[in-house]
Amino acid sequence: MHELSVCRSLIAEVEAVALQHRARAVRCIRISMGPLCGVDPDLLQRAFPLARAGTVADGADLLIERLPVRVRCERCEHESEAVPNRLVCARCGDWHTRLVSGDEMILASVELDADEVPVAAPDGAPGP
Amino acid sequence: MCDTCGCNITPGNRHLVAGDGKLSRTADGKNAVTVLKGLLDENDLQAHHNRQHFDRHAVLTVNLMSSPGSGKTALLEATIDALRGDLKVAVIEGDLETENDAQRVRAKGVPAVQITTGSACHLDAHMVHNALHHLPLADIDIVFIENVGNLVCPASFDLGHHRNVTLLSVTEGDDKPAKYPVMFRAADLMVLSKTDLLAVLDDFDPQRAEAALRGLASDAPVIRLSARSRVGLEGWTAWLRNELAAQRERVAQHHTTRPAIQPDGRLRHRGAAPVPHPGYVLLPTKP
Repeated sequence: MHELSVCRSLIAEVEAVALQHRARAVRCIRISMGPLCGVDPDLLQRAFPLARAGTVADGADLLIERLPVRVRCERCEHESEAVPNRLVCARCGDWHTRLVSGDEMILASVELDADEVPVAAPDGAPGP
Repeated sequence: MCDTCGCNITPGNRHLVAGDGKLSRTADGKNAVTVLKGLLDENDLQAHHNRQHFDRHAVLTVNLMSSPGSGKTALLEATIDALRGDLKVAVIEGDLETENDAQRVRAKGVPAVQITTGSACHLDAHMVHNALHHLPLADIDIVFIENVGNLVCPASFDLGHHRNVTLLSVTEGDDKPAKYPVMFRAADLMVLSKTDLLAVLDDFDPQRAEAALRGLASDAPVIRLSARSRVGLEGWTAWLRNELAAQRERVAQHHTTRPAIQPDGRLRHRGAAPVPHPGYVLLPTKP
């Protein structure tokens, strides 16, 4: 239900990246999300065309990588896949587990149409 | 999710930033920019700012979430009565329409700000920021945020509060935690409300409700109470007093806390070595 507002903040992030790299257009946006992030990937996909309209991402594709739910048992230290509403250890059945993956909702990368690659990335990150 | 410690990087997505991550270049050699930012960063930044407001005044802020009609406002009314003369309380009310709940709280002599969201199904950090400037925080011990009645969306939005309390009334199904795992996983405390009705309901088993919560790997305490018959309130007010004492201790130590979300991020915060945040990393284009 709040997928459109999430999509709008996604577009805002993408616009900032595009501006920073002086991109003419955004071709592809990749996000990663797990089932426990609270946002439905299909609804997000459907909200995307509305949110991108009139922005630098107007022609962009949205690719969603769906991450699995994985838990690590604090008792037997086994790591296993789990379903979203049953986060117990697959080996010993204990509920004292820690979520290893499955609640992410992350803008992973953006593909840009840009004339040139900027020489240095901000935040001291290594340039190309 | 936080911008300073890299807690966005989880074992589930670490491959995306590792040297030859599969997103590091595209098939046709276009520029790929790895971002790895949470989609709710804008909200989270505002939430962080809200938390600074609350912490500056050593206020404990508790977010109440539940489905509509499970007794959030009734619990607040009973809580205000129970804490009267002892702790000073204020309330931020969230509803789609009407001032009704804020009026019920004000009738108890407590400051209340009503947020009407129109059609929005949850409160966000910006709405709460607008509201908190109408509250005399310097003169308050606990702020309650009564979120929009909804077991889905409110769980995803950090408001700048310290603790999440999720109510489950015994007139609902005892399997609600299994049906709404995102919401119940976010609970620091689960309150089973309207327990005075258990006598006439044979289909709600509090132990089954608690087992469903444990199935989400949650060790959150469970408190059973009835706001109407004022039964079980002492456990609830004791929990509040403990949390307020813990909040004051944190503020004295210049620490703060977030509600029960992002366990992976919290684990990283405990580690001694800070994990550098990737920020924007521009990857080389290799045609």
